[in-house]
Amino acid sequence: MSTLSHIANTVAQQAGEALTADEQKSIAGASGAGMAYGLGAIGPGIGIGYLVGQAVQAMARQPESAGQVQTTMFLGIAFTEALALIGFVVFILLKFV
Amino acid sequence: MFAAEGGGGVKFPGIKEMVEWPAFLFKDNELLAFNKVALISFIAMAIPVVWFLVAGSKAKKSLVPAGPQNLAETSIEFIEKQVIGQAIGPDGMRYLPLLLSMFLFILFGNLFGIIPTSHFGANARMANPVVLALLTWLVFIGVGVKHNGPRYFKDALFPPGVPKALYLLVTPIEFISTFLVRPFSLSVRLFANSLAGHILLITFSVLSATLFAKSLLVAVMPFSFFMLVAFTGFELLVAFLQAYIFSLLTAVYIGGALHPAH
Repeated sequence: MSTLSHIANTVAQQAGEALTADEQKSIAGASGAGMAYGLGAIGPGIGIGYLVGQAVQAMARQPESAGQVQTTMFLGIAFTEALALIGFVVFILLKFV
Repeated sequence: MFAAEGGGGVKFPGIKEMVEWPAFLFKDNELLAFNKVALISFIAMAIPVVWFLVAGSKAKKSLVPAGPQNLAETSIEFIEKQVIGQAIGPDGMRYLPLLLSMFLFILFGNLFGIIPTSHFGANARMANPVVLALLTWLVFIGVGVKHNGPRYFKDALFPPGVPKALYLLVTPIEFISTFLVRPFSLSVRLFANSLAGHILLITFSVLSATLFAKSLLVAVMPFSFFMLVAFTGFELLVAFLQAYIFSLLTAVYIGGALHPAH
């Protein structure tokens, strides 16, 4: 996370100009935001894939229960997706606030 | 990257430019200041009201539904079968007006995110989702207290059939997940989905406009424009899905408060 800001710092020092505190903060914030959302999307991605896959399997095996499985699937997606969305909110907070 | 070589670079708007709209009515009053988001919320509220009044006035004259009445009956049936039938059961029919108006308000608020000249969903600011989530929170606690009395809180915090020593662990978890995380996750889910869609559309619009301005890179512009059109269709799906999920979760919470046994 701080690697990018470290590189930016060394590049700026070699160029003979120090970065201001605000610039350092925005660099660290932007790289941290990218990491936060990238890591936050892994788990929900796997989770939703597994969930929908299993739901499709259940619907294929028992087509008469498709309606109920679908509702439960949407509920599960809503709960799983919340994690990715919190990651997105953290991204916004780190990047812009 | 390519646009940067052309000299100008891509200029993405800041977050304030993307989501803040100046007030155009009651500018000096902080409480009453009226901007685009408030206008969109009012329109999203007015469309279902007018639509159902028109549909209801025609229902008395003709037995065969047509036009707006047909659409209104379809939406009522959707909430009845897909939301209440799945999540609460037949005794949940008295919550149909609440769930239906919640669904339609969120749906029309979200649809304004892809309607040209508006292009901003009412739920992409935190205010609307928070109020709707707090409403859900009040309703499901109220339903629980009304139907089970104070026993609702006892059942919710001390689920029966758990060994006594485990209550040390279970009660705080149940309290946080039922009374704190539910409204938070409901509002954040709706808000973040709308805002993410808004930012996605802005990104591809800015990209298309920038590429269009560069004489050499116009050839690449159709790809970016295709993504813009594709994501507009995707946002149509998301607008519907989020309204559905919000009302479905509200129904699930109400159903849990009605029958705390399961």
